Amino acid sequence: MKLEDATPIIQLGEHLLVSMQGDLDDRAVLQLESDITRSVSETQATGVLLELSGLTIIDSFIARVIARLAGMIRLLGAEVVVVGIQPAVAITLLELGIGMQHLRTALNAADGMALLHEIRE
Amino acid sequence: MVLAIESPESVCSIDSEASLVTVRARVRATAVDLGFGIVDQTKLVTAASELARNVLRYAQRGRMIIEELDNGDRRGVRVTFEDSGPGIADVELALRDGYTTGDSLGIGLPGAKRLVDELTIDSRPGQGTTVVITAWDS
Ligand SMILES: Nc1ncnc2c1ncn2[C@@H]1O[C@H](COP(=O)(O)OP(=O)(O)OP(=O)(O)O)[C@@H](O)[C@H]1O
Ligand SMILES: [Mg+2]
Repeated sequence: MKLEDATPIIQLGEHLLVSMQGDLDDRAVLQLESDITRSVSETQATGVLLELSGLTIIDSFIARVIARLAGMIRLLGAEVVVVGIQPAVAITLLELGIGMQHLRTALNAADGMALLHEIRE
Repeated sequence: MVLAIESPESVCSIDSEASLVTVRARVRATAVDLGFGIVDQTKLVTAASELARNVLRYAQRGRMIIEELDNGDRRGVRVTFEDSGPGIADVELALRDGYTTGDSLGIGLPGAKRLVDELTIDSRPGQGTTVVITAWDS
């Protein structure tokens, strides 16, 4: 399996930690989406922590892919928690008109991991 | 009086997905140069990303022009996206949330408008579209 160098997918027990960073072009975003989906099914992960603090911009395209990815992970039977969206990015997303209300979020990676464990119990 | 300074480097062609990354980097660099705060930078870059994506999606190619502004009181930036694509028949409709001919969310134009101080569209069906956004340092 080839993983994007810029975006490591790390396995932590039964969870995957994905840290998206940089200004990703559309192809990289789509590649990442399929890499993560494949990793979830291959590792039988029960949870995915999407860490987004390294993203300096989330436009409607990236937001849409993240939402779709979350839906696919859930279809595969795993849970998703999004953490670390930069405040400026969150404000911009709201004004753009994209709510991320349907995504489970947490303040930081530690809280996110705790939430993933909680959900399973 | 608003003084606009246009330098040759401020023109950027839009003709591939890779140009979207360039567009975002150029706009970010200008916003930083003007002393925009992180929220204003992010809003402007996001608006530019939406408009450049529209150029790419609906007109295949076009260009972006960045001009720095100074009205004596505040500094700002004007970014123009122009293409010779199919044009927009009903601009008012295109600015409505949820209106799309691209099977998408219809959020790009109205969303970009909310992210900047001013957004104007000049479009002629069959001839092309010019979208201009202006943002001032807040
Ligand atoms: N440069 C352009 N040339 C021709 N038509 C355009 C252009 N930009 C926008 N449009 C038209 O205006 C509509 C609305 O644009 P807008 O960016 O708001 O939504 P969208 O691109 O359809 O969806 P989204 O941006 O949410 O992915 C488009 O569907 C398209 O019909
Ligand atoms: Mg659009």
